Amino acid sequence: MAKVTIDGIEIEVPNGATVLQACEAAAKEIPRFCYHERLSVAGNCRMCLVEVEKAPKPVASCAYPVADGMKVFTDSPMVRNARRNVMEFLLINHPLDCPICDQGGECDLQDQATAYGGQGGRYMEEKRAVKDKYLGPLVKTIMNRCIQCTRCVRFATEVAGVPELGATGRGEDLQIGTYVEKALTTELSGNLIDICPVGALTSRPYAYVARPWELRKTDSVDVLDATGTNIRVDTRGPEVVRILPRTNEDVNEEWMADRGRFAFDGLKRRRLDRPWVRRDGKLRQSSWEEAFSVISEKMHGLKGDQVGAIAGDLVDAESAFALRALMRGLGSANTDCRQDGAAIDTSRRDFYLFNSGITGIDEADALVIIGSNPRREAPVLNARIRKRWASGSMKVAQIGPQGLDLTYNAEHLGEGPLAIAGLMDGSLGFAETLKAAKKPMVIVGRAALARPDGAAILAAAWDLAKAFGALTPEWHGFNVLHLFGGQVGALDAGFVPGEGGRDVAGMLQGGLQALWLLGADDIDTALIPSDTFVVYQGHHGDRGAARADVILPGAAYTEKDATYVSTEGRVQRGRLALFPPGEAKEDWRIIRAAGAALDVALEFDTLDALRERMVAFNPIFGVVDGRVAGGCADSSGPRASGAMGEAAFTLPLADYWLADTVSRASETMAQCSRIYNDPAPRLAAE
Amino acid sequence: MSAPQHQEPVSFAFDEQSEAQIATILKRYPENKKASGVIPLLYVVQKQMGRQTGSAWVPRVAMDQVALRLGMAPIRVYEVATFYFMFNTKPIGRYHLQVCGTTPCWLRGSDEVARACRDAGHLKGYGDTSDDGLFTMTEVECLGGCVNAPILQVDDDYYEDLDYDSTVQLIEALKRGDRPKPGSARGRLCSAPEGGPETLLDIPLAEGK
Amino acid sequence: MALSDKDRIFTNLYGIHHWGLTEARRRGNWDGTAGIIAKGRDWIIEEMKQSGLRGRGGAGFPTGLKWSFMPKESPDGRPSYLVVNCDESEPGTCKDRDIIRNDPHTLIEGCLIAAVAMGAHAGYIYVRGEYYNEHLVLQAAIEEAYEAGLLGPNAAGSGWDFDLYVHRGAGAYICGEETALIESLEGKKGMPRLKPPFPAAVGLYGCPTTVNNVETIAVVPEILRRGASWFASFGRPKNSGTKVFCIQGHVNKPCNVEAEMSIPMRELIERYAGGVRGGWDNLLAVIPGGSSTPLLPKHICDDVLMDFDALREHKSGLGTAGVIVMDKSTDIIRAIARLAQFYKHESCGQCTPCREGMGWQKRLMDRMVEGRAEIAEIDVLESVTRQIEGHTICALADGGVWPVQGLIRHFRPLMEERIAAYKAKKSGGAMPLAAE
Repeated sequence: MAKVTIDGIEIEVPNGATVLQACEAAAKEIPRFCYHERLSVAGNCRMCLVEVEKAPKPVASCAYPVADGMKVFTDSPMVRNARRNVMEFLLINHPLDCPICDQGGECDLQDQATAYGGQGGRYMEEKRAVKDKYLGPLVKTIMNRCIQCTRCVRFATEVAGVPELGATGRGEDLQIGTYVEKALTTELSGNLIDICPVGALTSRPYAYVARPWELRKTDSVDVLDATGTNIRVDTRGPEVVRILPRTNEDVNEEWMADRGRFAFDGLKRRRLDRPWVRRDGKLRQSSWEEAFSVISEKMHGLKGDQVGAIAGDLVDAESAFALRALMRGLGSANTDCRQDGAAIDTSRRDFYLFNSGITGIDEADALVIIGSNPRREAPVLNARIRKRWASGSMKVAQIGPQGLDLTYNAEHLGEGPLAIAGLMDGSLGFAETLKAAKKPMVIVGRAALARPDGAAILAAAWDLAKAFGALTPEWHGFNVLHLFGGQVGALDAGFVPGEGGRDVAGMLQGGLQALWLLGADDIDTALIPSDTFVVYQGHHGDRGAARADVILPGAAYTEKDATYVSTEGRVQRGRLALFPPGEAKEDWRIIRAAGAALDVALEFDTLDALRERMVAFNPIFGVVDGRVAGGCADSSGPRASGAMGEAAFTLPLADYWLADTVSRASETMAQCSRIYNDPAPRLAAE
Repeated sequence: MSAPQHQEPVSFAFDEQSEAQIATILKRYPENKKASGVIPLLYVVQKQMGRQTGSAWVPRVAMDQVALRLGMAPIRVYEVATFYFMFNTKPIGRYHLQVCGTTPCWLRGSDEVARACRDAGHLKGYGDTSDDGLFTMTEVECLGGCVNAPILQVDDDYYEDLDYDSTVQLIEALKRGDRPKPGSARGRLCSAPEGGPETLLDIPLAEGK
Repeated sequence: MALSDKDRIFTNLYGIHHWGLTEARRRGNWDGTAGIIAKGRDWIIEEMKQSGLRGRGGAGFPTGLKWSFMPKESPDGRPSYLVVNCDESEPGTCKDRDIIRNDPHTLIEGCLIAAVAMGAHAGYIYVRGEYYNEHLVLQAAIEEAYEAGLLGPNAAGSGWDFDLYVHRGAGAYICGEETALIESLEGKKGMPRLKPPFPAAVGLYGCPTTVNNVETIAVVPEILRRGASWFASFGRPKNSGTKVFCIQGHVNKPCNVEAEMSIPMRELIERYAGGVRGGWDNLLAVIPGGSSTPLLPKHICDDVLMDFDALREHKSGLGTAGVIVMDKSTDIIRAIARLAQFYKHESCGQCTPCREGMGWQKRLMDRMVEGRAEIAEIDVLESVTRQIEGHTICALADGGVWPVQGLIRHFRPLMEERIAAYKAKKSGGAMPLAAE
């Protein structure tokens, strides 16, 4: 520890800390533009200059290491002067377009200018004009505003792992861009907007939409992937105008994936905003009353095993639990939330969770990824893997398609399950790395389980973890990577077949008189026999609704207070940011009302009561915002059935931008899909 | 700064001569530090373009080849190619007339050298390429030959102690396809004073070796 | 008393003789190199300290002390590197050019000895890209040295293995800054690094590195052959040795010359460069040590000595000893404005004050040349230079504003006159004067 005096306040900070960190520890705010705590130190903006006793010149606090006995002044005449000087230089070529700048009101430069800006300009020369750059469909550039802090360059290179942004030229002609004018090939591009301290990089979809002070801000959680990214939903009037990440060090740090951030325009399109009922083969607008009377008419008196329910990937745990209760009340054990048919063993929670936890990645020293592309499936989690890999402390291997660009080097071990055997018998060299590792990790992709030999693969992956010491009382290195925010919550809510119940494949085989689809759009609805009565409950007019006989309009994740469980088993609450459109309602209420229509007594009338029931069913629902961490108490594995095949792993989310119901309704995502799936790069001249 | 699209060749491949140079270059740096070769390889590109097309410049497709060869991200090569002034990221004329305009040369008449380049090379000014594609004229910063100012660098060669007339003669010679010997136009021996060295005349030399 | 040829280190500065090894040996290079190395690393460093040699690249840092910062042992297996700075780009400076093209073996021998002193088995000489023909000579000399066993394993029979390579830059003044040079050598843009860590701890490829100027390294063998006291006998205390001066501009016979430190400026110019064009009284000002050092008006030049301390007393510096002489015909505002343009062109663009400020300074100076400004803008100009100074990662910005500060310090009345003349001309154009 080093003793440092900041403006007369004596504090102790670790050796190797920077002066800026020491100043923050002493609660002294240091203005900065280029410095970002999650990026390498550039030290170039010169805004964070402070005075250090005996130093002849002010020093850049972001880069200067503390020394024991150092005396620092953050508000001396030298410091104030230096900052005013730097500010003036930053402003001479910065346009005075704050009134039309989308960064206005939340601009670091604007904020600091109020503190350190001069009264008027002394710069009488011509201002620099910089051509705007094309970075893709999500990030808009107004490069005249750029202050060359290079945060974006460092983010792209270091965090996103796509070294495509750079600073070309030099001197006052130094320009940020890709030089070849192409869309950045990253699923994390929206973060560039957040880290840009000025209005040079702004959100294209949010351009000229709103001012920050007009917005209502609601803390919530993203469900478009299974990371559990903490978000803030900004609404104005009846619509979501943007979604931003919230910092949660244990989950997403401060990053967010593009689909979660930009798909929200899909929340306004193709919405189910009133009940629909099929009459004479055609869906017609209807009323809640009529919808429930049709349901009652069709389902009353059916035997339990004639009824079934499938939950989709974005469902909240409350609705899943409520629907399960309804089905059990009808005497049905036919409930399943695994639309993809993944061979998930729910007999123990650690058989289906990302047990190391996201923070566990920071400790792991070897990683095998089986049948997964985390870059597409969980971009923020992948950035965490990259960070660990880049530190040099973790080696990574991958079993799946060749040539996968994960943004870090991963040794390719094979395309199919044979490689797991190769690790087990030591014939693959990476086995040595695993053996030497203290905290090895195995990640098995959900898609790797969604195949005929899924159960065998699950068991083999577990055995692999066990064989290499990844399952100890201190460390749980077995991890399933789920794809969507509703998947784990439904499993935790027991939305799987009960005793003797059918799974999804079983329900689609025929024999059901009535099938309830709760946001289930990713099953092959063509398989449903034509005489099966189908209720679709959900928020979008997607594949499920198209096959429905009755449509019950529900709420999207931004429109309800609801519980979601992330892939690492973290229970988090989404919050109502705005009301569901039209006559749509919160889903658990719809199910509660359906219970009444079907004479099933459900033991909850309020959300609190429902949640109490959920905690009683699975205590994990009581651990909100936390997760049960720890090692592996019991290393006996999930039940295996059958043998692994040899078929190569295929990866899910062939089109990252159109992976879910909301995204499929989003124009922004449609545009991304078009641009990113186009093999020919877009040229500047176009 | 953006890559010019219109003049870009569709592809670039190192020729045999370049490959030999690359092999020599890469021996200078540790195996895992190949990026050190980026400036040398960009020179190789520029020379090859000069050989093959008569215009010594570095097209973007060639930068990509350099990146591939050195295991670098292409953007890192673009950054280097645009940072260093000696790489021409646009085509230039057969002869690159680089007029040093910094103060030491200016004091000794670099304006006259520039005027001679304009007149004899049929150039409008800095940045211009003559219609016949023979000359491109660039103002460069101090060439580090200040006691022999003013200097005109033609491609790799320094022509020193110039004035208007000697510059015109030089350019006329280039037009004829001649390459006058680089160095002082006034017959000076390197940086020795005009009229011959006044020091270093009394250096004792050991016998044999 | 003038320096005699026998006390000159660079015996072939002008290329009177051949640069090759045979001739170089006859001139005394590579004489007893193994014996010098045999005296050991500590002796070499101590002797360098005693000689009083200060770095010849501009900053004047004591060489022996700099070498002593290198780790004695590598605790973690990292090698040490010697890097020689031949990115000579400071306007007014052209001495290293002569060393590598005419006396390359002084440098190569110096590299071997310096490498031993800092525990380096590999060295890189970073030559500015424009010195193409010069680098060919240096490369050939290195190959000669390899063939003669002076480089490579057991170099010069010293028992020390040493490899030496030439690396060319590509047109960037900033690469003369040692950490920018290292970045450039690593294949990146020449953007100076934050310090600490200093290169002696984390330099080339993350390894301990010392960067020295060509002249600094090239004088080492002769200092060690003749003894520290011989070198220290020239010049004033703390300013000792001989030095290559580049005398140029409005002198009758511009030239490079090796002379003793602390020589009076007037003597330097008159003895070696044929005097100021039109006589000493025709002198307007001198930039004494390369473009970064503020100019000195004639009255200071009359008796100032050419060394670090004397020039610093006059708020200038010895820098690289590039002596730019300007006679009374010079438009001194334009001469300095052209330097402002140079620094704007050469700013790497990393730090805000330099990136933004150099352009501002240049544009203000351009208007000062015309007089198209307000008198109060001289104060704006001055304050812009003060705002840049001391606020950046490296010293380019400081060097870029000092010439302008020097101009204002010594020639403000001229600038005011220029402005007044411009105003008079403008109003004269608009309103015919009665007298005309």
